[in-house]
Amino acid sequence: MLRSILLIIAFVLSQNAGARGTGDLGIVIERADGSVQIIETSTNSSLGRIEGLGDLSHASAVYSRDEQFAYIFGRDGGLTKIDIVNKKIIKRIMQSGNSIGGAISQDGRLIAVSNYKPGGVKIFDAETLALVADIPATYGNDGLLSKVIGLVDAPGQKFIFSLWDGDEIWVADLSDSSKPKITKFKNIGRNPYDALITPDGRYYIAGLFGEDGMAMLDLWNLDAGVKRILDGYGKGEKKLPVYKMPHLEGWAIAGHFAFVPAVGRHEVLVINTLDWTEAGRIKVHGQPVFVMARPDGRNIWVNFAVPNNDTLQVIDTQSLKIIKTLTPGKGVLHMEFEPRGGQVWASVRDEDRLAVFNTETFEQLVTFDAKKPSGIFFTSRAHRIGL
Amino acid sequence: MRKMLFKTSFPECVFLGITLLATQSAIAGTALSEVTSVRQNELMYFLKHDCGSCHGMTLKGGLGPALLPETLSGKSKEYLVTTILEGRTNTAMPPWKSMLSRNDAMWITEQLQSGSIMQTKLAKGAK
Repeated sequence: MLRSILLIIAFVLSQNAGARGTGDLGIVIERADGSVQIIETSTNSSLGRIEGLGDLSHASAVYSRDEQFAYIFGRDGGLTKIDIVNKKIIKRIMQSGNSIGGAISQDGRLIAVSNYKPGGVKIFDAETLALVADIPATYGNDGLLSKVIGLVDAPGQKFIFSLWDGDEIWVADLSDSSKPKITKFKNIGRNPYDALITPDGRYYIAGLFGEDGMAMLDLWNLDAGVKRILDGYGKGEKKLPVYKMPHLEGWAIAGHFAFVPAVGRHEVLVINTLDWTEAGRIKVHGQPVFVMARPDGRNIWVNFAVPNNDTLQVIDTQSLKIIKTLTPGKGVLHMEFEPRGGQVWASVRDEDRLAVFNTETFEQLVTFDAKKPSGIFFTSRAHRIGL
Repeated sequence: MRKMLFKTSFPECVFLGITLLATQSAIAGTALSEVTSVRQNELMYFLKHDCGSCHGMTLKGGLGPALLPETLSGKSKEYLVTTILEGRTNTAMPPWKSMLSRNDAMWITEQLQSGSIMQTKLAKGAK
């Protein structure tokens, strides 16, 4: 009798010990060690680590809608589902030879992964990671497969992505998940390198590496096709070597201005989203990699490619001027804002640490040890379109 | 201030380049580039994390092709050194000569083609 009461008490205690909300949690990719660190932003602490995730260089993550599970897309083609509350791997599969990123569907039931090798997109069941659909990125007349980049989710159970080699944008409708309906847009411009979608899920915009300009698709008016914006923004100027591909993640937007990195230039481009024309350029410290808006849109934070990757700059979106230059340390690879924007976390790869800044005072609040940190992903992404 | 890790003085760079060219043509393929051990560590780190952002941290490829010994075996050392320093037109490969000397590029090429040192160091995690 006593024994069974003790057992019940022990069971209840163990259940309560694990109970915790996840709205203030996040993960940090530790690229070289194949691990992710779980952090929380209420008191800024590390909660532990999950190991054994393979090659995580250039890894990214999306969250389940209950914010308990994260799906990690590894460079080596690994797709891992982790439980961030109980800090364990739920399932891990090798889904391709070489992968670049992924997305979760509007209903949370499908995980899409974009692959370099073999080039295409694979769709998995979010619960079991069983393969649901395979979409090879064939282009041209010879059955060649293109590397796929810029994969995002969109309303209506859609995934949108771009073909680096094929110069195409594809819209895949997964309403019937086993029979994806693909709409292709060809000759969108040379070598799309990454893409983003506006927070309302309406405009998909791919940056072009091979041309000065961006390709824009209005998902509310697919019949209008792909339109070129910022065409020839570097015309007549000498091209600089691009030491790291810029990223177009999320959407740096403030009022009707949007901010994107210029490829191969020490500039951030400003777009007027009312008519999609260039509204200005801001000279910055190096070649921008991530150009990210603080959630309230008042400031834009920018990091840079090697050899200027020890620096962060902050742009004021009213004056379009740089108001702060920070040097957190060598190898600042990524930033993530808290959902309400009070703090920003930055990974400082070469110094094996994370730095947390107050976004008003720019004061560094705390730093953490992390092994070669790269991407930082907070659970608030679970409820945003296109992240 | 940022440390200028990747700057070799111009005369030194030219001198090393000439020396290495001379050495290479004399005993093609057998010349081993002279790079200090400190510099070797810097280059290993650079290779893994910066080259690795396109070619993959384990050099199995990404946006850029794989840089494994088997994929590079058919290519001449000079071709690879030139590719590193000058980049490849109409591809995403930039010229790295502002950060790497010719001697650095020679050493990297040797590591990539031989593979053995690379794999050991990558496995241990070059720092």
